[in-house]
Amino acid sequence: MRTKILTMFAALLLVAACETAPDSSATASGAGSSSGSAVSSTTPAGPRAGSQEDLVVNVGDRIFFNFDEYSVRADQRGQVDKWAAWMKRNPSVRVTVEGHADERGTREYNLALGERRAGAIKDALVAQGIDASRLMTISYGKERPAVLGSNDAAWAQNRRGVLVVN
Amino acid sequence: MIASLIGSLSRRALGASCIALALTLVAIAPARAELRIDITRGVVEPLPIAIVDFQGEGQSVDIGRNISQVVSADLERSGLFRPLDKASFIQKADSLQVQPRFPDWRVIGAQALVSGTATMQADGRLKVEFRLWDVFAEQQMTGLAYYTTPANWRRIAHIVADAIYKRITGEDGYFDTRIVYIAESGPQNRRQKQLAIMDQDGANHRFLTDGKVLVLTPRFSPTTQEITYLAYFNNRPRVYLLNIDTGQQEVLGDFPGMTFAPRFSPDGNGIVMSMARDGNSDVYVMDLRTRRVKRLTNHPGIDTSPSYSPDGRQVVFNSDRGGSQQLYVMDSEGGNVRRISFGDGRYATPVWSPRGDLIAFTKMNKGRFFIGVMRPDGSGERLLSESYLDEGPTWAPNGRVLMFFRQTQADARGLGGTVKLYSVDLTGRNLREVVTPRDASDPAWSPLIP
Repeated sequence: MRTKILTMFAALLLVAACETAPDSSATASGAGSSSGSAVSSTTPAGPRAGSQEDLVVNVGDRIFFNFDEYSVRADQRGQVDKWAAWMKRNPSVRVTVEGHADERGTREYNLALGERRAGAIKDALVAQGIDASRLMTISYGKERPAVLGSNDAAWAQNRRGVLVVN
Repeated sequence: MIASLIGSLSRRALGASCIALALTLVAIAPARAELRIDITRGVVEPLPIAIVDFQGEGQSVDIGRNISQVVSADLERSGLFRPLDKASFIQKADSLQVQPRFPDWRVIGAQALVSGTATMQADGRLKVEFRLWDVFAEQQMTGLAYYTTPANWRRIAHIVADAIYKRITGEDGYFDTRIVYIAESGPQNRRQKQLAIMDQDGANHRFLTDGKVLVLTPRFSPTTQEITYLAYFNNRPRVYLLNIDTGQQEVLGDFPGMTFAPRFSPDGNGIVMSMARDGNSDVYVMDLRTRRVKRLTNHPGIDTSPSYSPDGRQVVFNSDRGGSQQLYVMDSEGGNVRRISFGDGRYATPVWSPRGDLIAFTKMNKGRFFIGVMRPDGSGERLLSESYLDEGPTWAPNGRVLMFFRQTQADARGLGGTVKLYSVDLTGRNLREVVTPRDASDPAWSPLIP
């Protein structure tokens, strides 16, 4: 699984680097992260500005959390800054902030924890001037892992907040 | 004792067609200690019991044999009884109906003997009679008769097993009950989850939802054929009510944020649950008659998984207000909050026993998950099961058995992980898988069926 993710990750970087993103292939990967995002979204053949694809390919759609924590990690704040800038560039876009947890917790507590994570992201975006009415939140607790597997690497990927364009 | 037994059985009317009658009951001779299992001590040796095929005629021959099989399986799964191999029986069933030859049963090691009949009545009803005998005292311990429709034979079998369990242990049985749970299929990242219901022995299984909507954490009403659960209709996670008989369901209230972790109050008139506002979860209770909502906790920490004491006066819940997940008890008005869990690790999913004497929980410590129980003041913690992931205990109505779910570890490619239901008694010795057609989680045990 990890190899597969790395492969997808590499593919993303490749697409971003050559600026000839054909279009769709990267959207479903879900493994996007904050790196590989310094690409102009005006590329003619690139994803439509303000779309989910645009977010995934050019900005990154998720941040990660520490175990049983919900504060935005210092190393993830840059991604939140990018989200805020992206939402300002695309003022008509509304998003849902998804909060997720790894499987190493109980279901109901993880639903509350996911809610906390989504709320922390929403608060951070509002603090950067994004109107709260553009930000919905939803918690999936441990119900929708991004990565399969019962190991530290998988859990780290699953403790996440994800922006989804409405 | 006898009157109350009859009373409790006749309340469980099967439609209007089940009538329980006491057969001749012989007083137990006071000189001899009667046949009894003390289930508080943790049985080392299950009681050997001979369960003879209930005698039928014509179409009721199969029914009689099936009834004895269901009774036998119920008692065996409890871990308290060891049904003997029918091939070892010396006395034949027809002469047994006249009078047991007790030496014939002693010689094969039986301490208790169950005989019965299943006969079709002229009006089309099925009559089921049984007698429980103490083989060493050579006395009848109990005897009952039931009238029902032939299609109801399986419920009668569970009621018979409950009567035997109660007569020998002194505790109410739990066999005439159902389990509602979440049936799971598909890969973990696109998991399909459906509400499903079955008898406690896995029979009469059916799905209550189609799996298109994510559903979680169903719980039975203590008084009606309703369950409350969490559903993600239109991607809005909210608490719902579902009537099992009519299939009618409704969202509970109209709240801006997620509502979750619902559980009925002991009188069935309220639902206590978590509600999230601005990212924070607190505990609320809704009166189902007035639909009024009352806030019970108001704290910046996570407050969830509330569960009432059976007298309705207290609520145990899960909170990280002290820095990590622990169990707290408060008065039902929300006051007098005190922490009760102080062992190593994190504690979650507290559920108050229907007897009131214990609180079951999930415990997480050093990467392992446990199901355990403690007294309501936090003393006497005992762990009953341990694995990679054990979670979500639910009590049998007699407060002596727990069911929970167990997830096994997936391999490095994310494959091989399964989720199954298990039951365990309070001694922790009788751990059994509860077989379901698919993967299964979030079990909830019904009360005894009314």
